[in-house]
Amino acid sequence: MSELLWLIVALPFAGSLLLAMAGKHLPRLAAAIIGVGSVALSAIVMLILGLDFLHGNPAGVPIHQTLWQWINVSGFSPGIAFHLDSVSLTFVFVITFVGALIHLYAAPFMWKDEGFARFFSYMNLFVGFMLLLVLADNFLLLYLGWEGVGLCSYLLIGFWYKDPANGYAARKAFTVTRVGDTAMVIGLFILFTTYHTLNIQDILVATPHTWAPGSTIATTTAFLLLGGAIGKSAQVPLQTWLPDAMAAPSPVSALIHAATMVTAGVYLIARTHVLFELAPVVQSAVAVIGAVTLIVAGMAAIYQHDIKKVLAYSTISQIGYMFVALGVGAWSAALFHFMIHAFFKSLLFLGAGSVIAVLHDEHNMYKMGGLWKKMPVVFWTFLVGACALSALPLITAGFYSKDEIIWQAYASDKGSITLWLTGLAGAFITALYTFRMVFLTFFGKAKAEPAYRQGMGMTLPLVVLAFLSFVGGFIQLPDNMGHVTLFSHFIQQVLPATTPTGTAVIAGLPSGHAAEWIAQLIAAIVSIAGLTLAYRLYYNKPFPAAEPVRNPIQQFFFKGWDFDLLYDKVIVQPIVFFSRIDKNDVIDQFYTGLASVAGLFNKGLAATQNGKLRWYAMALAIGAVITLTILLST
Amino acid sequence: MTIPMQYGLLLAAILFCIGLAGVLVRRDVIFMLMSVEVMLNAAGLAFIVGGAARSSADGQVMFIFILAMAAAEVSVGLALIIQLYQKFKTLDADSASQLNG
Amino acid sequence: MILAWTICLLMGTGLLAWLASRWSDTLPRIISLAGILLFLGIVLYIWFGHPAGGRWIVHYTHSWISAFGIRITLGADGLSLLMLLLTAFLGVLSVLVSWKEIKTRVGFFHFNLLFILAGITGVFVSLDLFLFYFSWEVMLIPMYFLISIWGYENRTYAAGKFFLFTQASGLLMFLSILGLYFVHGRSTGIYTFDYEALKGTLMSRPTAFLLMLGFAAAFLVKLSTVPFHSWLPDAHTQAPTAGSVLLAGLLLKTGAYGLIRFVLPLFPQASHQFAPVAMILGVVSILYGAKLAYAQTDLKRLVAYISVSHMGFILLGIYAFNQIALQGVIMQMVAHAISTGGLFIIVGALHDRIQTREIGQMGGLWTLVPKMGAMGLLFVLASLGLPGLGNFIAEILILTGSFMASRILTILAALGFIAATLYSLRIMQKVFYGTVLKKWAIADFGIREMIVMGSLAIVIIWLGLFPNSILNGTQKMVQGVIEQVTITANMAQNENR
Repeated sequence: MSELLWLIVALPFAGSLLLAMAGKHLPRLAAAIIGVGSVALSAIVMLILGLDFLHGNPAGVPIHQTLWQWINVSGFSPGIAFHLDSVSLTFVFVITFVGALIHLYAAPFMWKDEGFARFFSYMNLFVGFMLLLVLADNFLLLYLGWEGVGLCSYLLIGFWYKDPANGYAARKAFTVTRVGDTAMVIGLFILFTTYHTLNIQDILVATPHTWAPGSTIATTTAFLLLGGAIGKSAQVPLQTWLPDAMAAPSPVSALIHAATMVTAGVYLIARTHVLFELAPVVQSAVAVIGAVTLIVAGMAAIYQHDIKKVLAYSTISQIGYMFVALGVGAWSAALFHFMIHAFFKSLLFLGAGSVIAVLHDEHNMYKMGGLWKKMPVVFWTFLVGACALSALPLITAGFYSKDEIIWQAYASDKGSITLWLTGLAGAFITALYTFRMVFLTFFGKAKAEPAYRQGMGMTLPLVVLAFLSFVGGFIQLPDNMGHVTLFSHFIQQVLPATTPTGTAVIAGLPSGHAAEWIAQLIAAIVSIAGLTLAYRLYYNKPFPAAEPVRNPIQQFFFKGWDFDLLYDKVIVQPIVFFSRIDKNDVIDQFYTGLASVAGLFNKGLAATQNGKLRWYAMALAIGAVITLTILLST
Repeated sequence: MTIPMQYGLLLAAILFCIGLAGVLVRRDVIFMLMSVEVMLNAAGLAFIVGGAARSSADGQVMFIFILAMAAAEVSVGLALIIQLYQKFKTLDADSASQLNG
Repeated sequence: MILAWTICLLMGTGLLAWLASRWSDTLPRIISLAGILLFLGIVLYIWFGHPAGGRWIVHYTHSWISAFGIRITLGADGLSLLMLLLTAFLGVLSVLVSWKEIKTRVGFFHFNLLFILAGITGVFVSLDLFLFYFSWEVMLIPMYFLISIWGYENRTYAAGKFFLFTQASGLLMFLSILGLYFVHGRSTGIYTFDYEALKGTLMSRPTAFLLMLGFAAAFLVKLSTVPFHSWLPDAHTQAPTAGSVLLAGLLLKTGAYGLIRFVLPLFPQASHQFAPVAMILGVVSILYGAKLAYAQTDLKRLVAYISVSHMGFILLGIYAFNQIALQGVIMQMVAHAISTGGLFIIVGALHDRIQTREIGQMGGLWTLVPKMGAMGLLFVLASLGLPGLGNFIAEILILTGSFMASRILTILAALGFIAATLYSLRIMQKVFYGTVLKKWAIADFGIREMIVMGSLAIVIIWLGLFPNSILNGTQKMVQGVIEQVTITANMAQNENR
């Protein structure tokens, strides 16, 4: 069974190639069948393989498959080879399964678009690259997938290329992530020069024996890899590309900018956890970056009026939670939140996409309202997603995944009170902006009429994802509530368990089950408080149907803390200025100068050649006189 | 009675300068040609004077050479002048300056 | 012998094409195409059918001017054959892209084209330094004609600049060749231009360094390293499409080839001394070329500066002195030829259709010419080093190799990745994305153009996924060069102790 592994990756690539070559000539239905079918088939193969892995392989022995030797130059010999273990399987599951649902949704969503086949070609390509990323057995192949998904993100953000703004957003996304990627590549150079291999498992096994914990080289390498991760996962300070990326069609935002690609950074850090454990400084940096990001993005989300931008900032913020979890060593909590987040965030994006589509491409929430009666399926599924996102206690999956992180931020040996408080503050903000979005969009006075009703193809994925956002949480319950550990047990085949002792114990703070109960209670109260505040401020309030007026502070948050302005002034403008001033290449000017000096001489001498006979005679005479003078005087 | 060589050479030099001045100052090609003749004769005179001073015939031989050459030169020169006149309808030497750099 | 015949074949085809232009304009094209296809066939035959063993896969020697010890010595190893393959491939494409573009003096155009190819072939297989210099000049003069007769508006200036730069640096190399000839002659009594014989020449360090500089000058100018790059943007921009393809694809590569074939083996010690400077120049080329590319508004000029940046990688890799980097260099030679060739063909096709190369005048062309847009995207991505395409393999190998030699320089060079993103995506943004600025009525790629672009696309993807298929062929040669260089360097170090 395990030799089918390559099929999971190959199917989307084949679909993409087919659509790219023949897409123009295929009828829409055929293109849709190829586009959706390839990912669906891939998901089926994954399910078969995954069940096999779960049942026939309790120890979690990784599956390995080498397709061919990619490069082979004196020791530099990465292969096109796959490595499937529980971490990869979790990602593959989300990518193919959620991916297939989103593809299914996208078919009717994009039906009227002239670039229908092109869209699915890009989407399939993305799925292929993303699978390559999480299945790669060596860093170079991982990097191939890594850049590949960046490319697809670029292509899909700029999918509606006729608007130059979309193109600029796409370019920004690619460039900003490339900054992080370049750091990562340098990290790979260090790894290769030290270990003479790029095989991930070999390196992970060898690192603890070669590098001392906290040594400079380990810290540097981990730091460089972190650079790649924060670029891809849109964490501070490289987060600015993701809000702009909302120029992409909604299914793209759901698949790439919520569920899968942006969590590649989480995957990378989890995958190379050994390295990060050897570099405690960097690992705390991961937690701090996550904490800062979740607040920064959360605050920005509160002041958005564009429904997709709310979700974009929310994604950044939720990935911030995952980073906090990674930073405190709660590996399985991070991955659990990744999975649950993939369910509810893609659900929210698809729901938002439905709303935007039926309201004639209206993004502004202040121009929506009262939609809950008119779009019941979208509303109820959206509400489930919103509850999960705000982590309403007990019933939602989001509660179990996020609560785990907040608790570990306190209880883990790398956790601290500050991280815990930040997490709680984030939870409050999350509930606030989420229900602000729900109340503005679905309640209050109706300001626009839906143009049409949506078919099954679009509602089915919403329902399935809503179901998953609801029950997904029950595969992993906290110690004090039922203590279900299906997920963490599965993940711990690869990643170490969280060390539960730590600051809390050392500082004499409460720990154990009692503390966990209290912490959960606090978290629950916080998120309900956020909900209540949103209800007070936004439920049924007569807002004018326009962009809200903001005071300077609100404007500052609305602009995402003005990071764009800062980068524009500090980085972009100097680069543009620098390239403008020397457009004609000062070195070329030097040669041109040299040539014009020669030309000057030429002109001067040519002037004497005036064609006048008498001048020549005169010159002869003068020359003769001078010669004679010299001759006679010596 | 012998004339001192210096006198002869001085005369030749004066003649040469007159010829040179004529070439440089005159714009009419015919006059320039005539001036060139004067210069040639000045040179010839210098040869003769030099030969006479050494009591040898070499100078006179050279003069005959120059004479022959001058005759040839005048015939070619006049032919050129006629062509020049037909082309430019003028005898101004400066008008034929198409070879300028 | 077969090598000598291939050169004769190219020259003969060129003459025939010229003669044939008396009767029709299509005849020279067909003759040239047939001749180069035959050439391609021969090279493929040698590539796939070569016997194992031996330093040279094919070797041929014959007396030429025996009074001075000049012989016609031709030989090909893995690198030469790879370059010949590239020459033949790009030769076919050049004829195809000129099919509609060149309308005047068709016969003479193809005569020049084939003589360039013959000269380049000579450069890649000559093992006699005099013959090498001879071929070096042979490829120069027809290229001068190609630019100055069929080029764009500023062609005379560009052709003159190209000629002056390459000729002046070529003369320096000739002086060095003569110097080497006499140094070797004095010490051994045998006056010869033979490569193998000259390889072990004993000479004092300053002499070696000076002679090495002469060679390096010619090759660095050809490679268009900053600060000797300034002929390249003009020549590339003004040349007809086929000329640009040959310039970028092959002529630049002769510089890299020369460094690998002659400078390193002939002057191992001096090369080590020169390495820091060369690597710095390489990094400067990468970054400065990228910066200039980003600033350009003339699309063809932009692509030309991309070459400067990519050639920087080659220089960096050659002077890292290890197998990984050197294999990367060879990969880069091929991949850059394909990717930049593709971009030049697209720019040429675009210029044919809309009569401008100004980026500001374009925009939104994807709607009008989707096939061209897709192809443009592919080659733009190749030039920014997207994994899965040939350039990435090259750059990652070069940087991995050079990281072992110099960390700081490699990190700086890696910034080239970011710079490449900026200038490459600028092409997509300004040309293919956005709104249509003018009502162009233009046709998309036709069948002939799709054959050209399709074959380039297949090659660049093939290189990205199966680089081993060419790296294996050059492995032995690279190993030989590196071993020689390192052994000599070690010996010198021991002497110093």
